[in-house]
Amino acid sequence: MSDVLSLIVAKYNYWLYVILMMIGLYGMIAKNNLVKKIVGMNIFQTAIILFYVSVGYKRDATIPILANAHDAHGATAIHAADYINPLTSCLMLTAIVVSVATFGYAMALAVRIYQRYQTLEEDELRMRLSEE
Amino acid sequence: MDNYPALIVVAPFIAALFAGLFVWIDERLSYPIALAGLAVSLFSGIQVMIQVIASGPIQYKLAGWAPPIGIEYRIDLLNAMVLILVAGVAFLNLIASYRSVQQEISDRTGSYFTVYNLFVTGLLGVSITGDLFNLYVLIEITSLTSYAQIALGDKDRGPLASLNYVFIGVIGASFYLLGVGYLYMYTGSLNMADVAVLIKGSEGSSTVLTAFILCILGIWIKMALFPMHVWLPNAYTYSPTAFSRVVAPLMTKVMVYVMIRLMVTVFGYDYIFNTLHLSDAVVWLATLAVLAGGVMALAQKNLKKMLTYIIVCEIGYMVGGAWMGNQLGMTGAILHILNDALMTFALFLAVGNMVYRIEKVDITDLKGLFGKMPWTMGGFVLAALSIIGVPPTCGFFSKWYLILGAMEKGAYHFVAALVISSLICAVLFFKVFEICFFESGSPDHENSHGPVAIEDAPVSMIIISGLVSLSLVVTGFYSGTIVNTIILPFLK
Amino acid sequence: METIISIKPLLAVLVTLFVVPVLISSSSKPNVRESWIFIAGIIKLVLILSMLPAVLAGKQIVLTLFEFVPGASIAFRVDGLGMLFAIVAASLYIVTSLYSIGYMRGLKEHGQTRFVSFFALAISATIGAAFSANLLTLYLFYEILSLATYPLVTHHQDEKSKISGRRYLTFILGTSIGLVLPAMIYCYHVTGTLEFSTAGIFTGELSKPEATVLLLMFVFGFAKAGIMPFHSWLPAAMVAPTPVSALLHAVAVVKVGVFSIVRVMTGVFGVDLLTTYNLGIMVMIIASVTILLGSCIAMSQDELKRRLAYSTISQLSYIVFGVALLTPQGLLGGVIHIVMHAFGKITLFFCAGAIYVTTHKKYISQMSGLGRKMPFTFAAFFIGALGVIGLPPTGGFYSKWNLILGTLEAQQTIFMLVLLVSSFLNAFYFLPIVYKGFFGKSEDQEENPPEKIKEANLCLIIPLMLTAVISIILFFYPTIFINLIKVGLGI
Repeated sequence: MSDVLSLIVAKYNYWLYVILMMIGLYGMIAKNNLVKKIVGMNIFQTAIILFYVSVGYKRDATIPILANAHDAHGATAIHAADYINPLTSCLMLTAIVVSVATFGYAMALAVRIYQRYQTLEEDELRMRLSEE
Repeated sequence: MDNYPALIVVAPFIAALFAGLFVWIDERLSYPIALAGLAVSLFSGIQVMIQVIASGPIQYKLAGWAPPIGIEYRIDLLNAMVLILVAGVAFLNLIASYRSVQQEISDRTGSYFTVYNLFVTGLLGVSITGDLFNLYVLIEITSLTSYAQIALGDKDRGPLASLNYVFIGVIGASFYLLGVGYLYMYTGSLNMADVAVLIKGSEGSSTVLTAFILCILGIWIKMALFPMHVWLPNAYTYSPTAFSRVVAPLMTKVMVYVMIRLMVTVFGYDYIFNTLHLSDAVVWLATLAVLAGGVMALAQKNLKKMLTYIIVCEIGYMVGGAWMGNQLGMTGAILHILNDALMTFALFLAVGNMVYRIEKVDITDLKGLFGKMPWTMGGFVLAALSIIGVPPTCGFFSKWYLILGAMEKGAYHFVAALVISSLICAVLFFKVFEICFFESGSPDHENSHGPVAIEDAPVSMIIISGLVSLSLVVTGFYSGTIVNTIILPFLK
Repeated sequence: METIISIKPLLAVLVTLFVVPVLISSSSKPNVRESWIFIAGIIKLVLILSMLPAVLAGKQIVLTLFEFVPGASIAFRVDGLGMLFAIVAASLYIVTSLYSIGYMRGLKEHGQTRFVSFFALAISATIGAAFSANLLTLYLFYEILSLATYPLVTHHQDEKSKISGRRYLTFILGTSIGLVLPAMIYCYHVTGTLEFSTAGIFTGELSKPEATVLLLMFVFGFAKAGIMPFHSWLPAAMVAPTPVSALLHAVAVVKVGVFSIVRVMTGVFGVDLLTTYNLGIMVMIIASVTILLGSCIAMSQDELKRRLAYSTISQLSYIVFGVALLTPQGLLGGVIHIVMHAFGKITLFFCAGAIYVTTHKKYISQMSGLGRKMPFTFAAFFIGALGVIGLPPTGGFYSKWNLILGTLEAQQTIFMLVLLVSSFLNAFYFLPIVYKGFFGKSEDQEENPPEKIKEANLCLIIPLMLTAVISIILFFYPTIFINLIKVGLGI
């Protein structure tokens, strides 16, 4: 039992992202309201961003802004261990852009659907569609 | 010129920017700009293909950064084929769809052409890139633009179909992104070739396994493999005709390409077939996909929707072939990427012509179409025969390889599925032909067999549709050449 | 064997295909259109005949178009067997074209351009099948032929032809995709080649059960041959205009089916393998059932074209039967029946069509006494019937004679009985028609005063007299075809 517990504690970032992801997925699948679904989708995407960023993190490390460079004798040598991995954060900048675009687009569609059907509840929409 | 690889992607992108700009200045100019962008892209694609055939794969470092740090374009024969296919189909469709766009979305033509070019840029990027994360971004560009285009379609159903597509698309892309994350955790690299080298020898690693499953699952969702296909029929049916003609042949096929790329270049045969032994299970899944796609197509009353279910069925062909675990099956799958794209393109071109004239394409609306639109129907018949797999159309030859591959593996259930789906397609299309052939369109001329006034689509649409349909036969005749110069050298 | 590379086989196939655009463009001028058909038909026949001397001298004319995979290309090879079939189909195409002018114009049919165009396409595919060098090419032309005949079968575009067309496609496409395609690919999977060769393509890879299943898939899969239980498309296809029934459903289409079976048995399996595994008997039993049942059903049909259709089903199985004997005499008798039956049966169909155009009568019971009004037609019918029954002085006698000799040679006396019984049945369902036609009482003299019914017009009479005469000539001079078969099968 303590093994599992320590596993969870040691890798809590993964568990966190998995939980977030499941919440998002639940929202997308189980919720009836389109806006709630869209929010679920956003949580889902955020979970992955969290995962990536946490992958790049190192204990006792700082942000990778280099104050000075190597000199010829390696006196002020830079140790990779001192800095967190910037690449994952960089990648996530792109992913955030994608998720924002998707989110905005989905909201715009929701507005469009509301204008057309005066509802955002999926079951009502389905009823309206089958009537037509 | 060494910059052709970049030009393939950049040309349509820049064209899209300018086309977008001209929406405010003079909307009529958007179209020629978009067309020029795609023409340059197609030309560069052909140049690259010539280079690759002559002197092997090309590595192109974007902005001069060397891999694995910089993003690399790596073009081998498979890429080059898909690139030409994408650029060619997009280019031809743009010519053919001008009139149809004017008719269907007359208030937003400029934006349509802009987004269209962005969509094609995304597809081209997906097919050319050698970087796993770059691939994700480009897949999302492709998806976002296609969401937008689909919402432009059917006023009532378009937005909802598009939103459902967004949800599933996001899940698929996110799975893939997650998989890439695990690969990055394990290897610290995002370059495909680099990753492939780094994961060699770590067959037992659960991280690699997780990465593999997530990546493949994500791509399967994106390519609408049964049972993850539910988004596809609605999305493709309710999009504007001009757009469904490009998204239907290309989107799923490019995703199949991505799957094959991941299988061949990143994870490697050995890992998939010898370590994981996934072949049997996936071939069974593909068998189900083929049968389910066919059976669901039988139940459709709308021609466009029926064709979308045939796409689901054809996806099963390619997945089955690729996971057969032998060279014949893989050859069949790759050949079918080309053939199926052309076949679907030809079918949707013909359907586009029909929509242009008769607006609704429920199967019962098609009465007397052989007399009314003989050229369009000619193209449609050829494409349909190719889907059924009648020689000498190209559909027959990829089916040939797929069946041979399945026989070599002993997967007779897949052989049976292919044969049954051919028969189902025959039933489907002859059902359509029957209505077009036997029932006259206007009820007042019920019994007069006099010549019906020919009212075919505009010439630009007919010519493209005819050309593509003829190309099915030509591709069929030269499939031996295609296999020998492109596919076999690629598979070594 | 000496081979000559020549483009002639391709030209012979394509000439009627190239004429299709011309036909469409001259659709408003029927006379111009028809003359183009004759030009194309004659060029085709000349091209085919120009290859005849070389083939008779034991050479083969080959042309490979597209090498698809090693061993399976799209290629032509003209050998004796293909030449025999091509001559029959191409010469009868010209005759039928003349006939169809009389028929289609006589009945003022609609869509004549469509009709002649698909007819030309169908004959192209037939010649292609005859000249195929391998199973893949044969399959290709087989499928094209199936599709090209669909608009011909459903020419009337009414409810009845729709149902018939459906049945036609279900049987023909269903079997070719469902049975032949997998069987063909399996052959390639096992041997890596599909080229026909007299020794067969299998070199001991095939066990007896496998060979049996494959052979059955081919025999039933080529459903154009009308082997029961996949025969019922043929009577259904009789809704087509008579020229279609005559050329396609007595000669081209059905014989492509039989020809394919012959090719598979002699060129893919090879006589030796079939003899070793003793598979001939199985096919003979299947064929015998069809022969007898076909004849029996034919007797019960009152509609003349349907009776002819069932007779065709029965006669086609003679050919399969002969080949399944696997002896030189049997092979000879079977294959030569392709020729003899073609000329006999097409005459009968021409007569049925001529009667229909002139009197609008389809049923045998209405034809009593008609022979006195239409003596030429009924005389030709009589000769055609003799040819199918196999009585001298018609070519049909020659094939039946060889078949019977073949059964003796193979020591299958019981199957000889099948042939004799069937011949008796043939006589039983054909000769009464002729007898009644000449000597029966006209039933409907009141409604149709005798002077109203006259002999059919010349466009109809000439072709049917011609084929009847050729039937008789073939009795005296069958040598050229015999030589072709001997060269083709190496017997």
